[in-house]
Amino acid sequence: MSGFDITAILSNPDYVAMLIEGIKMTFVIAIGSWVLAMTLAVLLLALRFSPGRFGNAFVSAYVSYHRNVPTLVQLMLWYFGIFTLLPDWLTFWLSNHNAEAIFAVVGLGLCQAAYFSEDLRSGLRSVSVGQMEAARALGHGYLSAMRYVLMPQGVRNALPPLINHSVSLFKNSSLGIVIGASELTHAVKEVENLSFRTFEIYVIGTVLYLAFTLLIMAAGAVVTMRTDVSRRARA
Amino acid sequence: MITDIVTIFQDYWLLLLIGQYPNGPLGGLANTLILSTLSIALAFPVSILMALARLSKWRLLRWPVTVLVYVTRGVPLLMLILWSYFLVPLMTGADVPSFVTMLTTLVIYQGAFLSEVVRGGIVALSHGQMDAAKALGHSYLGAMRFVILPQALYNMIPSILSTFVSTIKDTTLGYVINVPDLTFAASQVNNQLLTQPFQVFLILAVIYYVICWSLTHATHRLERRITRRRAGLSAGRTAHVVAPPVKIATEQP
Repeated sequence: MSGFDITAILSNPDYVAMLIEGIKMTFVIAIGSWVLAMTLAVLLLALRFSPGRFGNAFVSAYVSYHRNVPTLVQLMLWYFGIFTLLPDWLTFWLSNHNAEAIFAVVGLGLCQAAYFSEDLRSGLRSVSVGQMEAARALGHGYLSAMRYVLMPQGVRNALPPLINHSVSLFKNSSLGIVIGASELTHAVKEVENLSFRTFEIYVIGTVLYLAFTLLIMAAGAVVTMRTDVSRRARA
Repeated sequence: MITDIVTIFQDYWLLLLIGQYPNGPLGGLANTLILSTLSIALAFPVSILMALARLSKWRLLRWPVTVLVYVTRGVPLLMLILWSYFLVPLMTGADVPSFVTMLTTLVIYQGAFLSEVVRGGIVALSHGQMDAAKALGHSYLGAMRFVILPQALYNMIPSILSTFVSTIKDTTLGYVINVPDLTFAASQVNNQLLTQPFQVFLILAVIYYVICWSLTHATHRLERRITRRRAGLSAGRTAHVVAPPVKIATEQP
């Protein structure tokens, strides 16, 4: 192996194409599981706040499982375990539609939903009870009070942990490699095996991941700033 | 289904517990616990040094460590593992067992995370502590050692425990470089059975759940006790000042 030469990889169109495919897949997995996680998180939250003990117990069991079992093990259980229990037609369909990516999205999404729903819950809990009472007194129904008065404040409170967990969701998309999803880490390994330029390709992979996480953090900071009412009031 | 699980557990509990130990390397749950305990024990002093470096007034010390912390936190653990797998043998020039590679990675990774907690703990203490310690004749390091760190670290105990839990979860990634831990043992069992992957991985998930849940539970209890004790202490000394909640939470999935 000759000296450090990053252009040896970047000037090879095959390697660049592999990396771009990897980046695409990473974003498909990350965005897909983010959307799934957020949707589920809101549903879990609704279940948590709904009357009846069963819903509450279910949500806390769900959260407890997904927070205490390693994400990798959850993914393995999905892909190596649950995948084999599905009916034949579904298995067939999944195998023809990139089952690895689908299970990465499902596994990561279900796991992250637990974190998101807890973030939202603690955000909502820090909104004072008076807000609900005031909204009801003004004639809002329960749902509309939630939608127009409590949720906006709750989500705002929950923004910092939500951003942190979105970043870790993005980083966790790299776990897809274990179940064979062809995301960025997978592409990095592939280029490494073909080019034998381990150092260079790892530097590229690291810089790419770092750039994306910093980008997400920056986007989060912008959203936090835009929605900060205390600033708006001052301006 | 349930009888399958019981049978698998009866047949393979020893493999899951200690791997192939007498005939091979120590593995299984024992190795997972050893790996996570060792890495947290080593990451702890590393994190204090990193935090002190980040708070230092010398740029030469502050900047490289800040960059290291940001890179470590911004890159997936898997990428860091690949780095160590490549760099550690290159630097030591020896055939390094995957256990050591994983340990190195976890020490750096958790060290970076914990250093943020330590730094937060130090910054959260009021400035008066440092000023008072200096007025009493302590040097900067002396004040750190005898006044600041003991307080900051005491508040940190719950965070260290929750980092321990996430370290246990992170050791699973050693699977990628064949560290003989619990996940590895389970996949060995799976390869021997071939027909019951769901049952095997369900057992794996349950074992992790039991360990991590009980540790998390213990952490919460400890945290409440520490908060209560600190509130009690300050209430005794200053009549009406209620201690602010000292909770420096770190939770990484």
